[in-house]
Amino acid sequence: MRYTSKQWILFLVIAIVLIVYPFALPSYYFTALLTQVLIFSIFTMALNLVAGYTGLASLGHSAFFGSGAYTAAILMKYVSQNMWLGLSMGILVGGILAAIFALICLRTPGVYFIFITLALGQLVWAVVFGWRSFTGGDDGMPGVGNPNIFSNLTLSGGTTYYYFALVFFIITFFIIHRIVTSPFGHVLVGIRENQTRIRHLGYNVWLYKFIAFIISGFLCGLAGAIWSYYNGFVSPRDASFELSAEALLIVILGGSGTLSGPIVGTIVVVLIKNIIAAYTERWLFVLGVTYILTILYARRGIVGAFGVRLKSWVG
Amino acid sequence: MKQDIKTVKVENLFKKFGGLQALWDVSFSVEKGERLVIIGPNGAGKTTLFNVITGEIPPTDGRVYLFGKDVTYLPPHRRTHLGMARTFQITNLFPNLTLHENILLAVVGVNHQRYKMHRPVTGCGDIIAKIEALINEWDLQEYKYTLVKNLSYGVQRQVEVIMALAGGSKLLLLDEPTSGLSPAETVAVTSMILHLDPEVTLLIIEHDMDVAFQLAHNMIVFHLGAVIAKGLVEEIKLNSKVKEIYLGEE
Amino acid sequence: MEIWIIHMLNGISFGMLLFLLATGLTLIFGLMDIVNLSHGGYYLLGVYIGVTVSMYTGSFLLAVLASGLCISIIGVLMERFFLRKLHLQPLAQCLLTIGFTFVFADIALMIWGGEARFIEKPAFLTHPIFIGEIGFPPYRLFVIVIGAVIAGLLWLFQERTRVGALVRAAVDDKEIAGGLGINVPLLFMGVFALGAFLAGVCGALGGPFIGVYLGADFEVLLLALIVIIVGGVGSLKGALVGSLVIGLIDNFGKVFFPELARFTIYAPMVIILAVKPSGLFGSRS
Repeated sequence: MRYTSKQWILFLVIAIVLIVYPFALPSYYFTALLTQVLIFSIFTMALNLVAGYTGLASLGHSAFFGSGAYTAAILMKYVSQNMWLGLSMGILVGGILAAIFALICLRTPGVYFIFITLALGQLVWAVVFGWRSFTGGDDGMPGVGNPNIFSNLTLSGGTTYYYFALVFFIITFFIIHRIVTSPFGHVLVGIRENQTRIRHLGYNVWLYKFIAFIISGFLCGLAGAIWSYYNGFVSPRDASFELSAEALLIVILGGSGTLSGPIVGTIVVVLIKNIIAAYTERWLFVLGVTYILTILYARRGIVGAFGVRLKSWVG
Repeated sequence: MKQDIKTVKVENLFKKFGGLQALWDVSFSVEKGERLVIIGPNGAGKTTLFNVITGEIPPTDGRVYLFGKDVTYLPPHRRTHLGMARTFQITNLFPNLTLHENILLAVVGVNHQRYKMHRPVTGCGDIIAKIEALINEWDLQEYKYTLVKNLSYGVQRQVEVIMALAGGSKLLLLDEPTSGLSPAETVAVTSMILHLDPEVTLLIIEHDMDVAFQLAHNMIVFHLGAVIAKGLVEEIKLNSKVKEIYLGEE
Repeated sequence: MEIWIIHMLNGISFGMLLFLLATGLTLIFGLMDIVNLSHGGYYLLGVYIGVTVSMYTGSFLLAVLASGLCISIIGVLMERFFLRKLHLQPLAQCLLTIGFTFVFADIALMIWGGEARFIEKPAFLTHPIFIGEIGFPPYRLFVIVIGAVIAGLLWLFQERTRVGALVRAAVDDKEIAGGLGINVPLLFMGVFALGAFLAGVCGALGGPFIGVYLGADFEVLLLALIVIIVGGVGSLKGALVGSLVIGLIDNFGKVFFPELARFTIYAPMVIILAVKPSGLFGSRS
């Protein structure tokens, strides 16, 4: 992949900013905000792969995030404090769940696809909500401790979690970037753009969708597991319809089908929920109106509309 | 014997949509390198025939063979891998993608690297070279990065055919390739088809009789879902039944 | 025995309220292909408007009607100025109407604060009604009666009136309906208004026992969605049957098998969507 020198400089600047960030800012609050942005960006980037690039509007994606979160929390509580176990299981559960969803819903046409993903997502929510004895039900699971990276090294402290999230954010970004610039990624876009034609060009469309779904599931599970450790608390909200809807809205707000769109969208929404919320109680109103205006007038999202691309996705 | 394997063979095809009988006992075969043109009034079932041959829809009864293989229930993408390609009557490209990206999708479709997800496509030299070759061959360099929806209709129809060629297919199904084109554009596309590799078998649906007679080795006439005449171009031109039903309507 | 009857009553009355929401949702989706996920927001505003009007006028009837009317107006405005632009874009409609739900929730917060307040029940409904030895909660019975009456009126409207026939025709095939000279946009607006009206009424009537807790808007919306998917899009019969079934499962579930209750409700939705997306009584393809 050839990048212009301008693009390399941009990467470098962003990388330096991200690495130095916690030390440059006086308050832990901003580090925490950016950590949240990093974690949720993994989630929204993963959703974007399926919804933005492949054109599959899933309103049940929080199921993968939530199941990853609950897996990590449950393992912490009942099995072991090992971080690697928690993360890998979270990733696996997310992927397996995504495979199950895909097997059920990929044949469902049109608007009913949106509904079936919603319903499947709600089934997962129903499980974490209902299984009080195991998942704590409505109360959630508080007290998810800090996991061990190695036998005597524990992940703890805001700055440590920041870098922890940053590492996986970068890995995810890299994975998504590789996928969307690859032949596979181009086919996903082709499926989105004209599903009839692409079938006749020799592509097993179902298989592409299936694979994209599973990859998305893995990454959402990863995001959920990291969130679980960082937040110290998982609740049914992490697998809720509201979260699924919000994730999709963020993807569109930022720019669906673009690499940096989900990140930009996540930043904007986290900003509105935290910074703007400090100035006005009406942050939910602001959020709702932002979404409405985006759907009506800026369907291509922030990144799509301004053509600002941190990285281009076609050589 | 190898010589006996037809490129396309359809046997006793029937297709019913609810109460409508779209195909009625259709049988014919096409040899390698043959140019078979299918004509008939609108709604006669020609596109339905294409849809059954390409696998878009299954027949109610009957069989389809491509290159000697029974493909009756094979999904479209598998037929493409056997060497078949089709164009559509109403331009069916990827309007929001560039010409380059459109052709890329056609080239990658039959390429073994189509599941590769760890390397950028720009790094796949053979794919990129193939796209360049096609664009140069058909003289479309200036449109390389234009969005297909912004191309003129005539160029779009050309791209339709190029997409079918990109996979190196041995069998092309062209559905009204000259539909909606101006006389000059029609000449250009007709010429393009005539200059295709003679090893490639063509199955063409045409509405323009001049083009049909120009392109065809053999012709089949459809009416109400059934074959009412088939044979060499000369025979069809003289067939009174055909004249009555179809040519008379011109 | 008494317990069972009380639970049945609770389930059926909840089902009736769901029916009010589901009717609007199913007609709007079946007729206009619009997925209006702001019905939960309509419910919420309906609750509060009912409270305010009943406080100022002291009249229960007026409060319920006012709720219906206000929400009806909001609905028509949404359809006219927003949803009409998103024709045949189901995802955009979903997301837009979800956005509106956030807005409505915040407006409710802004005007009425976060407290749960409910409409004053009419005086004649404060004492249990006794049939034999069993005392029935009067308000629940009242809601069931109202629901049945409305269902009956809707059925009459759909089957026996000219306008109803127009609606049925347009659900079946709107292009032909338009071709027959039916003023389809006006019909659409009317149906939307009716759907929103019923949602508002649901809020006013149902507030007292569904409540207005955080997330109530989406919760009732999702239940209504299950109802219309399982019952069949565009079908009033499906909405009624579905509502009663879901209402009963929800109620009995929470009491007798709370851990599985919600799962039991969503499972039929998945099955129907995977097997027969048009639902039990629906006919849309």
